[in-house]
Amino acid sequence: MSDRTVSLFIPCLVDQVYPEMGWAMVRVLRHLGYDVDYRPDQTCCGQPAFNAGQWEEARQVAGHCVKVFGDAATVVCPSGSCTAMIREFYPRLFEDDPSRTAAVRLGPKVREFSEFLHDQGAGDQLRASLRARVGFHNSCHGYRELGLRDEARSILERVDGLELVEAPGEPVCCGFGGLFSVKYDSIAAAMASTRLENFMKLEIELLVSNDPGCIMHMRQEAAENGFEPEILHLAELLERALNLKPAHA
Amino acid sequence: MAPSLEAQFHKDAAIKAGDLTHRDKILRAIGVNDEKIEALKASQFRDWEAARKLAGEIKDEAQARLPELLESFERGINARGGKVLWAEDAAEARHHVLEIARRHNARSFIKSKSMTTEELDLNEFLEGAGMKVFESDLGELIVQLAGQKPYHIITPAMHMSKDDIAKLFHEKLGSDRDAGAAELTMIARRLLRKEFVSADVGVTGANFLIADEGAVVVLENEGNARLAMACPRVHIAIGGIEKVLPRMSDLALFLPLLSTSGTGQQVTCYNSIVRGPRAEGEADGPEHFYVILLDNGRSRLYGREPFRQALRCIRCGACLNACPVFRAVGGHTYGTTYQGPIGSVITPHLRGNGQWHHLPYASSLCGSCTSVCPVNIDLHHLLLENRRDADERRELGRFWPLAMKAWAWVMARRERVEWAGRLARWGEGLTPLFVPRRKRKRIPPLARRSFAEEWRRHEHSR
Repeated sequence: MSDRTVSLFIPCLVDQVYPEMGWAMVRVLRHLGYDVDYRPDQTCCGQPAFNAGQWEEARQVAGHCVKVFGDAATVVCPSGSCTAMIREFYPRLFEDDPSRTAAVRLGPKVREFSEFLHDQGAGDQLRASLRARVGFHNSCHGYRELGLRDEARSILERVDGLELVEAPGEPVCCGFGGLFSVKYDSIAAAMASTRLENFMKLEIELLVSNDPGCIMHMRQEAAENGFEPEILHLAELLERALNLKPAHA
Repeated sequence: MAPSLEAQFHKDAAIKAGDLTHRDKILRAIGVNDEKIEALKASQFRDWEAARKLAGEIKDEAQARLPELLESFERGINARGGKVLWAEDAAEARHHVLEIARRHNARSFIKSKSMTTEELDLNEFLEGAGMKVFESDLGELIVQLAGQKPYHIITPAMHMSKDDIAKLFHEKLGSDRDAGAAELTMIARRLLRKEFVSADVGVTGANFLIADEGAVVVLENEGNARLAMACPRVHIAIGGIEKVLPRMSDLALFLPLLSTSGTGQQVTCYNSIVRGPRAEGEADGPEHFYVILLDNGRSRLYGREPFRQALRCIRCGACLNACPVFRAVGGHTYGTTYQGPIGSVITPHLRGNGQWHHLPYASSLCGSCTSVCPVNIDLHHLLLENRRDADERRELGRFWPLAMKAWAWVMARRERVEWAGRLARWGEGLTPLFVPRRKRKRIPPLARRSFAEEWRRHEHSR
């Protein structure tokens, strides 16, 4: 493997529901000259059980993840939430566990997609263009757990013709929260609806985010209350702006 | 049979979440202070992040030295002729209050705003014992007249518009139906002035208990707490044991910290420091001064890491304002004394009865609360710890723990994911049989093929 090799972390939600987001990430990374390594044994970071309070179960799944990616040099993940789980929460989850060292060692190698592009200075290499007024939804886990501030924005600002607009009081939660949106669907829906209303006021044509969970939740709410702008993953937007999507896909 | 607290929360949350009038009222009320608070953090503090970190450390020091500091506080108060009473739970605190009332032949109480007394249901208790009780904080008076509990730690009547209050005063006090804000305030003022001078006992809370000099500190904006301390013959201050600060000089940080985070003020209008009853030669103040130190479950937080840091809380209400869940469901829905993120962190421990495990789950874990907390409590991570706690105590029933076990079993091996994926795709048409329509709307359909399978197909031929 070359030093341009990156391993893909495909979140369970992308694997089962939104594979196109995974492919978009693959195409953008290849376009930038990276060799993409996909490890077919991967499953999930374990966050659903962790958030449910069932840490024993979370360790089962997370332990598998640590094994799969143990020898990877760099892992790129299209979700701030899964990245935060591995980087920020594994140390606590594995605190008294024999595999703690391996779990903690994996953390810094996992980079959220926009973070990776930003760190690599990819903004300069992108010759992307997309004429659209775009709103950006920063995921809470990316923002508050990983401390991602302007990473995605710095990439979006390099896209020719793209006008980035911001909602006041950013960033606000869309209401996803994993298990929360299942258990407390009425609260989660109200939060999404408030969130989308604020974007509606900005008269955007596209809403872009860096977390498949947020995107799923907002898409479902958008379908309910007639929010028209398309909601895309950052990778999908770049794929489009770089014209990378093959005709048959 | 009454519904469980969890079922009640679910029901109330769903109703409030869909109530757009409620949402607009709350967003407006919170929005008024939001900008002021952010501006003050920048103008009043050279480094807000450093200030809240330091505040957290001072509170940690106070908790680490808690027994010693509380005893020092007690010595200071007793030395000036006051009396400190200890209460292990709400019942004991109520008992103390009633004993004091009987000792001094008291019939009437005037209260200033205090969340700690809400833990005691003090108004209901005293009224039941034949006493007259008036809330003197305007917001508290409003909710008292409405027969409600405070909606918010700092802003008890946040959920009521000026018009709601005019209507309430019209019904309860016979005032003009269209009275304006100034007029309504004057009506409350006229009513309360009489009560201040005639009440036998004034009850206040305590924002801080100062250990080195033995003093109770009360912050307010209306002057009502100061009157409640000064006019009646007897003053009872009721404070949680976690309110102690080591030194008087710590107030230099904590007064602006609390007023900035709580109400967006440089400093609250009235900041009273009380150290005892009226001394010889003094013109005003009560003849008798009592401080009741309340535990009421705080020891359970104290004794268990990582939860002890929740005792740093100075009850500013910032985490409620920042919380998108609070904004959606409002304060009453929680059914607790303390609402919002801090309430969901501490209530399961304070109550200790295994019936509040649902609150930590009613959070998207967005972390807004943690980022605004002026004493740096890791609120949303404590919610995660509470969830783990609930699981270990087996408070979660059967369904979710079992579902998660099954999920983890599948996710532990790729080949199981493949099989489960095939099964789910085959059975997707059956979901209407198992999942209610309302929930189904939140679940998108599965992709025709998983990413893993597509990779095998496409990349094999590459």
